[in-house]
Amino acid sequence: MANNILEVSNLKKYFKTARGMLHAVDDITFSLEQGKTLGIVGESGCGKSTTGRCILRLIEPTSGKVVFDGENILALNKKQMAQRRRDMQIIFQDPFSSLNPRNTVMQTIAEGVKVRGEKYKTPAEVEKRVRELMDTVGLAQRLINSYPHELDGGRRQRIGIARALAVEPKLIICDEPVSALDVSIQAQILNLLKHLQKELGLTYIFVTHDLAVVNHISDEIMVMYLGQMVEKAPTEELFKNPIHPYTKSLLSAIPIPKVGARKERVLLEGEISSPIEPGDECRFAKRCPNHSEQCSQKCPELREVAPGHFVSCHNFP
Amino acid sequence: MKKGNSAIDPAQVRRRSQLAEIWRNFRKNKGAMIGLILIIIIITIGATVSFWIDYDKIVAMNIRERLQPPSAEHWFGTDEMGRDLFWRVLYGTRYSIAVGFVAVMVSLAIGIPVGAVAGYFGGKIENLIMRGADIFAAVPGVLMAMVIVAILGANVFNLMLAIGIAAVPGFIRTTRAAVLTVKNEEYIEAIRALGKSEPYIIARHVLPNCLSPIIVRVTLRIAGAIISASSLSFLGLGIEAPLPEWGALLNGGNKFVMTHPYLTIFPGLAIMITVLAFNLVGDGLRDAMDPKLKR
Repeated sequence: MANNILEVSNLKKYFKTARGMLHAVDDITFSLEQGKTLGIVGESGCGKSTTGRCILRLIEPTSGKVVFDGENILALNKKQMAQRRRDMQIIFQDPFSSLNPRNTVMQTIAEGVKVRGEKYKTPAEVEKRVRELMDTVGLAQRLINSYPHELDGGRRQRIGIARALAVEPKLIICDEPVSALDVSIQAQILNLLKHLQKELGLTYIFVTHDLAVVNHISDEIMVMYLGQMVEKAPTEELFKNPIHPYTKSLLSAIPIPKVGARKERVLLEGEISSPIEPGDECRFAKRCPNHSEQCSQKCPELREVAPGHFVSCHNFP
Repeated sequence: MKKGNSAIDPAQVRRRSQLAEIWRNFRKNKGAMIGLILIIIIITIGATVSFWIDYDKIVAMNIRERLQPPSAEHWFGTDEMGRDLFWRVLYGTRYSIAVGFVAVMVSLAIGIPVGAVAGYFGGKIENLIMRGADIFAAVPGVLMAMVIVAILGANVFNLMLAIGIAAVPGFIRTTRAAVLTVKNEEYIEAIRALGKSEPYIIARHVLPNCLSPIIVRVTLRIAGAIISASSLSFLGLGIEAPLPEWGALLNGGNKFVMTHPYLTIFPGLAIMITVLAFNLVGDGLRDAMDPKLKR
């Protein structure tokens, strides 16, 4: 497909631990169209953040291919990668630790602006651009000389967004950008991100564990379990027709905002199997409500069950 | 900070330079200001004393007036050669301050880059550097300085160099520890994601967040260097006998401590006041540079 800005194939990240190799990200393959949003959901420790950081090479992947704009970025050397970084950015989860406490708003955003140094040469030009960006993300200009600790979480997150935007990227990886914020502020930030996407034609990878959030913002959703992709489908399709038992269980956990409303929960039992040196079995088998003989013998392959709907489960006809 | 800012027109919000900001915070700290005034006085004396006191007056012996107690004529009394102790202490400022500053500059110049590299890059480089520093640190500082002076030859400059080098492992250790805690912060990762070079990240984002423990160590080391210099002077390495370095004066008064205690009290006081002043300023500087401690 010509329109794919990002194609990830067989991405793997193994960490060495005392007890063996920890398979944090195991054989992830997906592609993403320009201007779309891919949501990655999964429980803590399933490798969703690691996937995001591997795509940016903030963590070096063990193997695989990340083709961005037709170029395999894993093959680039340090200098070329520094150039490529202009096209991809990250927004972090915790706005309290993702900003240098010694830098003012101006200094923080200017770091990003200076990456595009060819456009903004003089300090006055840089400052003008910083003020523009502050407007874009909805930060009052009088805060330009404030320090991060003087601002609340929502404002800090806006600084982080402005810093990422300053680089004028095509792809932004949002690593749980709203999970550290109040619910009322979450909505503001999500709407800001959506608005920016429309305005600037950005592509997002949205990592989160909050299904309501991912429903609101994503075009496609990828569900991860213990480093593997278990299901991927367009958002509507996934919510309407989940196939993998893990996805079903996740979706059943979304609260319904209605007094007295009840729905059937799919409760998972058993323990999460270890991501260290996993065998060739379905990693979800131990907790799966309808696991069969086959599940503990072979790891299921990813199959396309409907257009754009991929799932890895033996028990689907 | 800046209360009532919301009432001010946004265009009026002035940008302060970082130095001005630090100074503004520093000024509020009374102890630090006292320390700063003391340091200015001490440095002024050290820098100019050779212009207004004749060196001959410092070393000329006057046996008839030996070992006199403090009086209106001799404020700090006289030593066993009949030399006025007040003038000798004053003149000694020159050497002590120079030793303190130069020695610490030497330690900083080596310790910070090496420690930062060890902490930031980790792995084999770190192991190599840190084990080297361990071996170095296993030898007591004064002994190490003695060896270095013995190799380079005994003079004032080599003495400063030796004391500085002997304190390097401590600075490597402090810097590395601070860098280790800072380098995994998300804001460092954010800067890496912008594609900045590693030296830039270390210099502009990692080290500024490592300053407080380094500054504390600097102020302590200035004091330590002055004391090390006096020990070495006593051993005849570095500053030679008639030069009125404070440590040398202290050791000279050593023999008379029971009968003429003022010979040790006054040089001791001089060292103490200097050390105290540096510590006060160091504490104040550390607080002033931390934007979180404002208000």
